[in-house]
Amino acid sequence: MSAQPTIRLAVPESVAAGEVIEIKVMIQHAMESGYRRGALGERIPRDIIKFFRCSQEGKTIFAAEFHPGVAANPLLTFHMRAERSGTLDFVWTDQAGQRWSKQAELRVT
Amino acid sequence: MRLLNLAAVWLGSLAIVAPVYAGTMSSSHEQPISGYHFLTPQTRALQDDAFANPGYLWVAAGAEDYEKKQGTGSCMSCHGENGLVGVATRFPRFDEKAQTLLNLEGRINVCRTEHQKLPALAYESQELLALSSFVAEQSRGMRTQVSVTGGAQPWFRAGEDYFFQRRGQLNLACQQCHDQSWGKMLRGDRLSQGQPNAFPAYRLEWQTLGSLHRRLQNCETGVRAEPQALGSQAYLGLELYLVWRAQGLALESPGVRR
Ligand code: HEC
Ligand code: HEC
Repeated sequence: MSAQPTIRLAVPESVAAGEVIEIKVMIQHAMESGYRRGALGERIPRDIIKFFRCSQEGKTIFAAEFHPGVAANPLLTFHMRAERSGTLDFVWTDQAGQRWSKQAELRVT
Repeated sequence: MRLLNLAAVWLGSLAIVAPVYAGTMSSSHEQPISGYHFLTPQTRALQDDAFANPGYLWVAAGAEDYEKKQGTGSCMSCHGENGLVGVATRFPRFDEKAQTLLNLEGRINVCRTEHQKLPALAYESQELLALSSFVAEQSRGMRTQVSVTGGAQPWFRAGEDYFFQRRGQLNLACQQCHDQSWGKMLRGDRLSQGQPNAFPAYRLEWQTLGSLHRRLQNCETGVRAEPQALGSQAYLGLELYLVWRAQGLALESPGVRR
């Protein structure tokens, strides 16, 4: 897996205040469970994302914890009530503490 | 011993289902059916959802690579923003200059080495998968139109021969599974016609996106045959035959498969 994995976000560009919107995020990651064995019988070490957090100006909107057994390239769908405009910050943290993030602008009218 | 048991299971399951459909199948190139139609509704839905389809991670990565200045210039500096729309429908293709058959992966690597003055990307590397799925996606929904005459002809003949040749410890030809037996169950799988139009595709079993040649290797190890190398002449010819045989089908890359 490359150092900066591909991240895809689906966030509505502009929404009415108070509206409940759907947000979808996907990150490229092997989510190697640690239970699989390679062609030579060797154990493939666990390599998974542990946490995901979506926040707006420091306020957590949605957070999730991942476990071994989650499929590769995890997709999350969640909802939020759009109250004010501002940057949404999406952060994934793996088991070693490495972080990957991407931002999207939310415009509330 | 384990190998033999496995072989027995494969042969056994073929033998059990064979009489039921025998003689009712038409040759698949007369009426090609995409592997899509043999999938569960859930897997189809995953392919159809442009966000949930994990293959689009590679397409997105390829779009970035395409614009990035590398070597003497970006791909986009020569091909423009939408310059490769429809191009994937013409591959594999005999290249007069190189005097060889090039598939999309090979063509991209010629641009890397000749035009960008960069080393070729390894087959099945993340970068080549990203670029090839990005270019293929630009032809999604379009039909292939490959040439099998002229310089391409010997490749086509070799590919056709390969398709009909029995191989491996199970002594089965591609044709026996994908022309004669499609629609039947083989272990947990419903046999499709073995069409190439979804590739590069995301396979749930792989948990990643892979090339057509990787899929061919899987079929060969399935019959306990020695697989050919990715990008080998044998697979290039076979790819040409498969794409010709699939004419009339729309390209689906990035497809999703079991
Ligand atoms: C023992 C039977 C068997 C043989 C022989 C076999 N395959 Fe397959 N093949 C399968 C199975 C099972 C699948 C996965 C389910 C499906 O799509 O049929 C598959 C899938 C494929 C696919 C992907 C189709 C799709 O839509 O995803 C292609 C392409 C393919 N085979 C080509 C070949 C070629 C070329 C050969 C000969 C080198 C070959 N197969 C030999 C059983 C076989
Ligand atoms: C310096 C200019 C240049 C760059 C940079 C370049 N190409 Fe090309 N590419 C060409 C030319 C010229 C052709 C047509 C060559 C021919 O027909 O022999 C071509 C052909 C192609 C084709 C086949 C087009 C067809 O109609 O059959 C594909 C696909 C392609 N390039 C992809 C790429 C990708 C992907 C990149 C970046 C990794 C790239 N190219 C970088 C000049 C370039």
